[in-house]
Amino acid sequence: MAGTSVFEQLEPLLLRVSKPVQYVGGELNATVKAWDTTTVHWALMYPDAYEVGLPNQGIMILYEVLNEQPDVLAERTYAVWPDLEALMREHGVPQFTVDSHRRVGDFDLLGVSFATELGYTNLLTALDLAGIPLHATQRTDDHPVVIAGGHAAFNPEPIADFIDAAVVGDGEEAVLEITAVVRGWKRQGRPGGRPELLGRLSTIEGVYLPGCYDVSYLPDGRIAEVVRNSQRAAQRVAKRTTMDLDEWPYPKQPLVPIAESVHERMSVEIFRGCTRGCRFCQAGMITRPVRERSIQGIGEMVERGLAASGFNEVGLLSLSSADHSEIREITKGLADQYEGTGTGLSLPSTRVDAFNIDLANEISRNGRRSGLTFAPEGGSERIRRVINKMVSEEDLIRTVSTAFGAGWRQVKLYFMCGLPTETDDDVLEIAHMAHRVIRAGREASGSKDIRCTISIGAFVPKPHTPFQWAAQEHPDVVDQRLRKLRTEINSDRKIGRNVGMRYHDGKPSLIEGLLSRGDRRVGRVIERVWRDGGRFDGWSEHFRYDRWVAACAAELTPLGVSLEWFTTRERGFDEVLPWDHVDSGLDRDWLWDDWQDALSGREQDDCRWTPCFDCGVCPSLGTDIQVGPSGRQLLPLRPVAADNGH
Amino acid sequence: MSPNPSAAPVCKVRLCYAKRGKLRFTSHRDVARAFERALRRAGLPMAYSQGYHPHPKVSWLGAAPTGAASEAEYVEIALVEHLDPEMVRAQLDAALPDGLAVLEGVLAGPGALADRIDASAWRIEVRGVDAAQLREAVELLLAAQTVLVERVTKDGLRSLDARAAIASLAVQDAPTVLPEPDQLGRCGILIAVVRQVSPAVRPDDVLSALGAVAGLPSSVLVKAIRTAQGRLDDDGGLVDPLAADRASARTAVVGKALAQSDDGWHQLDVAGHTG
Repeated sequence: MAGTSVFEQLEPLLLRVSKPVQYVGGELNATVKAWDTTTVHWALMYPDAYEVGLPNQGIMILYEVLNEQPDVLAERTYAVWPDLEALMREHGVPQFTVDSHRRVGDFDLLGVSFATELGYTNLLTALDLAGIPLHATQRTDDHPVVIAGGHAAFNPEPIADFIDAAVVGDGEEAVLEITAVVRGWKRQGRPGGRPELLGRLSTIEGVYLPGCYDVSYLPDGRIAEVVRNSQRAAQRVAKRTTMDLDEWPYPKQPLVPIAESVHERMSVEIFRGCTRGCRFCQAGMITRPVRERSIQGIGEMVERGLAASGFNEVGLLSLSSADHSEIREITKGLADQYEGTGTGLSLPSTRVDAFNIDLANEISRNGRRSGLTFAPEGGSERIRRVINKMVSEEDLIRTVSTAFGAGWRQVKLYFMCGLPTETDDDVLEIAHMAHRVIRAGREASGSKDIRCTISIGAFVPKPHTPFQWAAQEHPDVVDQRLRKLRTEINSDRKIGRNVGMRYHDGKPSLIEGLLSRGDRRVGRVIERVWRDGGRFDGWSEHFRYDRWVAACAAELTPLGVSLEWFTTRERGFDEVLPWDHVDSGLDRDWLWDDWQDALSGREQDDCRWTPCFDCGVCPSLGTDIQVGPSGRQLLPLRPVAADNGH
Repeated sequence: MSPNPSAAPVCKVRLCYAKRGKLRFTSHRDVARAFERALRRAGLPMAYSQGYHPHPKVSWLGAAPTGAASEAEYVEIALVEHLDPEMVRAQLDAALPDGLAVLEGVLAGPGALADRIDASAWRIEVRGVDAAQLREAVELLLAAQTVLVERVTKDGLRSLDARAAIASLAVQDAPTVLPEPDQLGRCGILIAVVRQVSPAVRPDDVLSALGAVAGLPSSVLVKAIRTAQGRLDDDGGLVDPLAADRASARTAVVGKALAQSDDGWHQLDVAGHTG
């Protein structure tokens, strides 16, 4: 019977798998509702392990927004590890939700949030375990509508075969509109079956149905055109933008897992969007404009969230948290408010140029003084102009000197390798920067015990960025440059031994590049890799490069394209890109001009502080920048300790 | 709400709690984290350890293994105010997730709780064999002097004598037989009292020992519940470890006696998984 629990069948298997607690649910603030008294049933999936998926803010927000609707039931499901997958197949246990252990196949909708493209194979595992046909065209009225979301949904073409729809942009309002369509269709007795339901969904703003568009190709492999085959669907699907974050104070009741997870804290999104204009950064491009949550809104969310969760750390999340117009008031206010309660503050993603030592002191006042982390991204001034990450080496040295003088002993620096126009020299500059950091630190602190860790990732060009036309660097070149960098760092042994270097080999990044900028033809590669056992590709112990290379050779060669064609090939202005019919609001000509500016090393300012530079987002989507300062204060004003009766 | 990290503990409350249902799959670390958060949510005036990372003073006694349920787990918490232990129990119980239930709270009297526990009683539901088969196996096991079983521990594969740890072992008829006529429809229930030795002998080790002496089918499914912990008395029963505290709470002049027990506090080590 639909909606019944499969826990009885699952339970004996759990004694035989690692960390069984991740499959039992029972999190604090989880919602369990009755199946029969609710009309619309959503399964929400984060296609990675529970420990990674549970803290995901996107899923947590939508889970709560949906469950607040009286006639809607939303439950969560995550990727199961291969040990449990094998047992589930052996014993016929289907993909289940952790809330009530219902069959995912019983739900009306399966929403899957992709933060990274490397989760695609896990989608196929979940569909297959759920008994949902992998191909959308094979599904019947009995199967859930499979909807992708998250940043990867801005180019859903590689998974076009496997999804029924994608939600482009912010999900809060879109899921409610989708719910309304499904509710209406079910209440009317499901007229027209699945095709009619999908047709109705295609009329919702921001909802993209791959099946409503046909793609044809030129003899040289490039896309000839993308043609709409349904009059109900939009010519181009424009992204959704949630305005006024104060109206969406989610999560109100953060989920608190019993199992260990990657982020054990109460997270508050202090603003959404970023206009710093880093050219490599897809998140910054596709989430415009900047929309700040007000200082009172933040204060209320923190207070309510801490009370509801019992967490002892608050994370102030955004793409560049120190850029909130009232960050100083927020951090000071929170540090005052929670003084003496053992509640720590963390501020991920801080820019060197927006950072100062007062801020650092407020953040570490009630908690640990961990290392400082900055992301110069590029080693040389020249390459930083190319990527428009305008932090100067002088800023960095000044900031770390102050920090080392104030007692910090560790700094972590993030970089990318394989950026457009990059040469060996640009990368070797990273060593000089690290050496300068150590020297400055020793001088400021009077101690030799200073540590600088540089962490380097291979650059992956992403859709809807000025680098969407760029050639991705081949992993061999990236690996070779990083070997040279290692040698350069150690050329001065006395300093080099205080510099740690972390990097992964560039091969997974090439596959991420394939999945990021691929078109519908890449779907066959994903399917072949999955059939060959590909799972958890974001995990180095599970990722196998040779499997992807072999699948590309088998599936793409007959089509006249290849792994290299999708990754290391530079595109021209006239080429139809697979995601051109997905509208992120960014003007294509502006993106191209910004790409040309990058090649000539020309910078672009931030529109929060300088005049609009016409990226196109606000006028085309009817949105506007929402930033302070509001001049108001964190609420409530009383410190918690003062009103403590104990 | 606001812990005062510098305040001295004035009393200890000993709690008996249960790990039930789906939460039997929690590890001890999971339970400890859930307790720490629940203590914060409940706003109890916890005593904190000193140092740069103060932690609430919570002392665990050997936790049931991951996968086993329990009706008799014990933990001690230190408070900086005198509170009614029943109120502490109720507040903490309300703040814990479903599946973790605080059954009793008593003020700690003199003596260490750990000294009052040296054995566990288990109810082990075994599917895949019937009661008669189990009885034969139990007779063989009890007749043996030693029965070595192997288990992977964090130190590698260890061999341990399961027989030596077993104080008593009996078979109860299963109240109902599942409707399926397959092998797993058969079910027997073991009632065991197992000494807490090191390395621990767990319910699955008892099953392995039964398998070793009687060749039980390898596909049996086991559901274990710890029903009691305590000190083995001469009759093979277990003495309730909180009985002494209940008695001293009745006889003591409440308040005075407690104030005097302040200096009795010392943090117990977090014991590993014993069972």
